[in-house]
Amino acid sequence: MVFLRAEGFLGASLEWDKEWLPQIYKIHMEKRAKEKKVSPGEQERHLLYQMMLIRRFEEKSAEQYTKEKIRGFLHLYIGEEAVAVGVTQALSDEDYVLSTYREHGHALAKNMDSGAIMAEMYGKLEGCSKGRGGSMHLFDANINFYGGNAIVAGHLPMDVGMALASKKQQKNIITCCFFGEGAAAEGEFHEAMNLAALWQVPVLFVCENNLYAMGTALKYTHAMQDLEKKGGAYEIEAYAVDGMDLIAVSKAANDAVKYIKTNNRPYFLVCNTYRFRPHSMFDAELYRDKKEVEEWKKKDPIPKYQQHLINKKLLSKKQIDEMEKQIEAEIKKAVIFADEGSWEPIEDLTKFVYSGQKA
Amino acid sequence: MEMVKMTYREALKQGIREALLNDERVFLMGEDVGHYGGAFAVSKGLLQEFGAERIMDVPLSESGFVGAGIGAAMAGMKPIVEVMTVNFSLLAMDQIINNAATLLHMSGGQLNVPLVIRMGCGIGRQLAAQHSHSWEPYFAHVPGLVVLSAGTHEDARGMLLTALKSPDPVILFEYTFMLNMEKEIASDAGAMDITKAKVRRDGKDITLITYGNGVYKSLEAAEELSSQGIEVEVIDLRILRPMDEETFLASVAKTHRALVVEDAWRSGGMAAEVFSRIIEKVFFELDAPLQRLCGVEVPIPYPRHLEEASVPQSQDIVSTIRKMMGL
Ligand SMILES: Cc1ncc(C[n+]2csc(CCOP(=O)(O)OP(=O)(O)O)c2C)c(N)n1
Ligand SMILES: [Mg+2]
Repeated sequence: MVFLRAEGFLGASLEWDKEWLPQIYKIHMEKRAKEKKVSPGEQERHLLYQMMLIRRFEEKSAEQYTKEKIRGFLHLYIGEEAVAVGVTQALSDEDYVLSTYREHGHALAKNMDSGAIMAEMYGKLEGCSKGRGGSMHLFDANINFYGGNAIVAGHLPMDVGMALASKKQQKNIITCCFFGEGAAAEGEFHEAMNLAALWQVPVLFVCENNLYAMGTALKYTHAMQDLEKKGGAYEIEAYAVDGMDLIAVSKAANDAVKYIKTNNRPYFLVCNTYRFRPHSMFDAELYRDKKEVEEWKKKDPIPKYQQHLINKKLLSKKQIDEMEKQIEAEIKKAVIFADEGSWEPIEDLTKFVYSGQKA
Repeated sequence: MEMVKMTYREALKQGIREALLNDERVFLMGEDVGHYGGAFAVSKGLLQEFGAERIMDVPLSESGFVGAGIGAAMAGMKPIVEVMTVNFSLLAMDQIINNAATLLHMSGGQLNVPLVIRMGCGIGRQLAAQHSHSWEPYFAHVPGLVVLSAGTHEDARGMLLTALKSPDPVILFEYTFMLNMEKEIASDAGAMDITKAKVRRDGKDITLITYGNGVYKSLEAAEELSSQGIEVEVIDLRILRPMDEETFLASVAKTHRALVVEDAWRSGGMAAEVFSRIIEKVFFELDAPLQRLCGVEVPIPYPRHLEEASVPQSQDIVSTIRKMMGL
């Protein structure tokens, strides 16, 4: 699965001109190209698979929550899948990704193991953060996924710092961070934007504008609601895209990555999207109309992309069925993995407070 | 006295509602207090009752809206600022400490800040490290602040009303763990004194000093110990700054033993302050070493069994007291 996305990166970049490619990047891509040839539509089907996997994974999580296997806060990503998948396909495996408490989708898109995520949400030792973090704190440094931050906008300055480090180390990688439109009201967002522009570091800021911060609508939280315009204040290139459309998000993300790599500057991408589910499992949704939710469900990114692929003859009904089966199997495996996982002994409670410490 | 049963949530809500009815200058502002109905449904219905001028939803801008609350208080209003939980208050800490707590002094007494900041706090809902903090001691460290801890339903109902009369900034801690807990309180419960600690249970054998989430846990433990013949005097500190020491010093002079119970981390917690005062003032009354049961010094882990092990439980209180009594 990993190679597919890398190929996608290449595929998406075929139209780009060679001249602008920095040397290291070119070598990297040539290496990727050698790895494996893909058949027509395979990359597209893989992206569809990822969106469908996220959807099903989230539905399963909700189910496991009602069974009290998952506790605490659980924030679902249903409806917003095109953003995580569209943006992540533009990144390389080496690129850093940081996210919020609504991060299962980003983690899956970055190819985190679904069993390790489920086990984490159960609080099991086999989870990606050894069960210490739960749903809001998924971490996997091996795949460059740096969390899972539950303080709104708390990760944004760190993103700038990681990008600053990679710049100093001449690593030619991007730091990509996901956050909500609510976060864009925090001082940390504005400080991070200014620092990123001032230091010219390769950060891709991805604002997932789902129109609500918990139950407070965009119109009550931002005086100026065309969020992409906020980039202008920092001379950061910015663009707003239909976040319910995988093709549009992918193209916008590819363009953004290209811009960042070419200009060595940050980029601000606003994805206009919607969450179909409540903010968290505690939310009674008093603040929005059922009708509004139903309207947005008509823009569901998954059937839209399926139809697109069917029209292009890159996907058959049979293939969709097969994918569904495959996803069912993957999720079943994840649940079994979590169920069979173990509880950390209480004697280990004070582990991971200082590095290298014995329990 | 007629008693009524109500949840901690309902008690908080009645307090806020009464405050809004009492004084037109009072308004509530905070994240999701209006359209969402309050992150914990405490302010549900208030937007509909009082309108958007008095129940203000604010953007995610903790430093901004807490600072604005300070400004509004200086300029003649009576804001109740809700910081959804203490976990997010760090973003507003500069405003709270460098402005709210300091202006009176820096201005040579010219500018006071009659502001109340409410925040949910504490552990117990499996919300993991960033959402489970018990930071009462941080705030209690700061001169200029009045720091209240509503460890019972009657305080949840009444502390806010008195806090609004304070000429100086008040931090009011509310406990999310208790929101659904039902208790009986007086049907006419209202404004509560906010200067004195309270003896929540009389006892002669040992003094147990606590606050917040510790109060009901301690009362539960005291009940059990009573059946074993040990009478524990339970003191709820209530006001963490300026601390009322007379109440617990008098109790220690009577029982000659003291245990402090709190969820906050052990080093530099309220226990350390209480002990210092006991040692300074009534050292020769003590018959046994002072003991404390505090939060284990670890960021709060997500799994339930580890979360529970991170803070003292009522069984820990029972066994510690038995040991202290030489049993
Ligand atoms: C600093 C801070 N303040 C408040 C909260 C509580 N909170 C959690 S999520 C949230 C809404 C965030 O909205 P947005 O940034 O739009 O992201 P979304 O949840 O819509 O994806 C709030 C208020 C928090 N976690 N951190
Ligand atoms: Mg949002």
